[in-house]
Amino acid sequence: MLHELLFSSSKKMEDCLAKKMEITVSEAEKRTGRNAVNMQETYTAYLIETRAIESQSEGQCAPVDSLWRRYSEFELLRNYLSVTYPHIVVPPLPEKRADFVWHKLSADNMDPDFVERRRIGLENFLLRVASHPVLCQDKIFYSFLTQEGGWKEMVNETGFQLKADSRLKALNATFRVKNPDKRFTELKHYSDELQSVISHLLRVRARVADRLYGVYKVHGNYGRVFSEWSAIEKEMGDGLQSAGHHMDVYAASIDDILEEEEHYADQLKEYLFYAEALRAVCRKHELMQYDLEMAAQDLTSKKQQCEELATGTVRTFSLKGMTSKLFGQENPEQREAKIKVLEEQIQEGEEQLKSKNLEGRDFVKSAWADIERFKEQKNHDLKEALISYAVMQISMCKKGIQVWTNAKECFSKM
Amino acid sequence: AFSSTCETVEQPNAQSLDLRGLLSLPNGTPVDTSSPASSSSLLNRLQLDDDLDGETRDLFVTVDDPKKHVCTMETYITYRVTTKTTRAEFDLPEYSVRRRYQDFDWLRNKLEESQPTHLIPPLPEKFVVKGVVDRFSEEFVETRRKALDKFLKRITDHPVLSFNEHFNVFLTAKDLNAYKKQGMALLSKMGESVKYVTGGYKLRSRPLEFAAIGEYLDTFSLKLGTIDRIAQRIIKEQLEYLVELREYGPVYSTWGGLEVELSEPLEGVSACIGNCCTALEELSEDMTEDFLPVLREYILYSESMKNVLKKRDQVQAEYEAKLEAVALKKEDRPKVPTDVEKCQDRVECFNADLKADMERWQNNKRQDFRQLLMGMADKNIQYYEKVLLWELICVSSLV
Repeated sequence: MLHELLFSSSKKMEDCLAKKMEITVSEAEKRTGRNAVNMQETYTAYLIETRAIESQSEGQCAPVDSLWRRYSEFELLRNYLSVTYPHIVVPPLPEKRADFVWHKLSADNMDPDFVERRRIGLENFLLRVASHPVLCQDKIFYSFLTQEGGWKEMVNETGFQLKADSRLKALNATFRVKNPDKRFTELKHYSDELQSVISHLLRVRARVADRLYGVYKVHGNYGRVFSEWSAIEKEMGDGLQSAGHHMDVYAASIDDILEEEEHYADQLKEYLFYAEALRAVCRKHELMQYDLEMAAQDLTSKKQQCEELATGTVRTFSLKGMTSKLFGQENPEQREAKIKVLEEQIQEGEEQLKSKNLEGRDFVKSAWADIERFKEQKNHDLKEALISYAVMQISMCKKGIQVWTNAKECFSKM
Repeated sequence: AFSSTCETVEQPNAQSLDLRGLLSLPNGTPVDTSSPASSSSLLNRLQLDDDLDGETRDLFVTVDDPKKHVCTMETYITYRVTTKTTRAEFDLPEYSVRRRYQDFDWLRNKLEESQPTHLIPPLPEKFVVKGVVDRFSEEFVETRRKALDKFLKRITDHPVLSFNEHFNVFLTAKDLNAYKKQGMALLSKMGESVKYVTGGYKLRSRPLEFAAIGEYLDTFSLKLGTIDRIAQRIIKEQLEYLVELREYGPVYSTWGGLEVELSEPLEGVSACIGNCCTALEELSEDMTEDFLPVLREYILYSESMKNVLKKRDQVQAEYEAKLEAVALKKEDRPKVPTDVEKCQDRVECFNADLKADMERWQNNKRQDFRQLLMGMADKNIQYYEKVLLWELICVSSLV
């Protein structure tokens, strides 16, 4: 069954939006405007460019459409998607504020480097949604890309907010659910651990970057002192002077190295946020399971009441039993009427339970299919990220060897 | 109870003597095969010999085998000082004695007293800040041993100092303390008076070349001080980097434990970071043990040199003062008195000795720094080559 699902999803991939449309976030611009309470505010707007990819036979390039969106609109889109598709691991947005940065990078969210990295992150988000077999078919998403005015109103008209579950309800479900699905419990556990391990990793990486930066930059001091020293030396002078130059090169080389590494950190961050998306699916499942259990419980108690009324025995101690003992029994007509009402409710409840069961099974089926898809994507992406990290380390080593070999040659001429 | 400070002369090892014959270098330099670090010292000697233009070396001194002595009054370290020589001034071809830091210090003072016109190589600093460095730790003792070895080698290489009588005694005496005691009286007889009375006379003008040396030394020691601080700072940064790396690697392992398909590449990254830790540790160790001590030696060296320059100025000042005094009385006596002539001789001798020593020092310095800095570059290259294991471990487990 799993194979079948995967197959069908990959078949859908072929006609997903990403194949029909080129999507880029090409520019970021700082803007000033007035917010809801008429306060001056500064924000960044991002230019989304789209272009339809025509079938090759026509051979003509379609014109580029472009529109501006700000981060809060991306947020609205993502909220809409996660409420509307609770069984889907919805791609996360890049961070709102720079986090896990090492000291040289600014934590200011107007910082040009940060804005640039967020631009890349937002583009990545759009591409992820556009290549998702289910999400790419969403109308609201399509108009996010293509329709500048009136989009917000359109989202709000869908009434998605009404469908959103309250946090309190979700918390309730977490603690009260009696028969949680083992697979989802494990998945929830995994996403908790994934989140904690990646955030730990990012924290330490930022510190590692800090220290490495220090090691390289302190070497830059050799550049200066060698050059000053060379002034008083005869035979050694030239060698010292040019070795000093290589030390400057060495100190400067760390800037590019760490800038490149920041991209790796962003790749990891995406999966840090994916962990939260994964947990949202688990939470939704818990909620549904809780609903189901409540309905089943209600039905059982009604059935019991009905039986008590019909046989006249009170199996369990209840207030109702007490009152009937104290004030005498109802007459048969009243009892008949009560039984009838209960029987109707039972039938209704049974149907509800049936549909909830069905709904739950559907949810599990489609959620699990998407989770499998997510796992595959995750393994592929992270493997690639780790390879690129290794490649970065290798190129850092080679640069280091190069610089020190040059310096050695200068020293040998002293 | 503590072991005696002075050990009996070791019996020359028959086998090593044979080998010495076999391994004689073209210029007749015997090879020390008993030393555990013989290959590297052989290399050093070869390089030195090249630079000495085939000059025959006939005196070899090594400091090794530090031993800790604990007795009721004090705890201290002694080092074995081994001498091999063909010089006629020595009764035996081989000596082995044990000396402590104090003895080296005594030797240096004696050399300074008896050879005031020469540049005496520096000893490693005597005092270490208590609590910061453990005087009896293996690293400290080893660093000091290397510095003491260097100190004796520098004296050995010196055409004048190596023939000094105190040096001879230091290398050979079974009981140095006894010699130290009787030496008090002996010295005042044989040595020239070392104390110069300048009486507040200010030197009229330092000859240009010595003024230049003085200026050079000021800048040189300033720059070396800066390099020393930079090197220490780098080591500190490296050690802090190491602390973070040690935490960084295992996080990848933890993550690997959560994953199925990614477990192998994550473990691979973790292993690479672990490998990086080992390489980094070795690099900063090498820099601490090999780089810093040489810088220190040269900082101290330039201090010794400044002292000799000062002494030279004093001798010249004395001469100038006497000359002036004579000039006042010149009308009475046309002849320049002999003690003024003697004084002039002394200035000229001093200048000649100092110039020769300075030249020798410049030469050594150039060689030492070339070797030191090339060594630094080599260590860094080796570090990156070790870290390059990313290529092997990582990429193979990833692809």
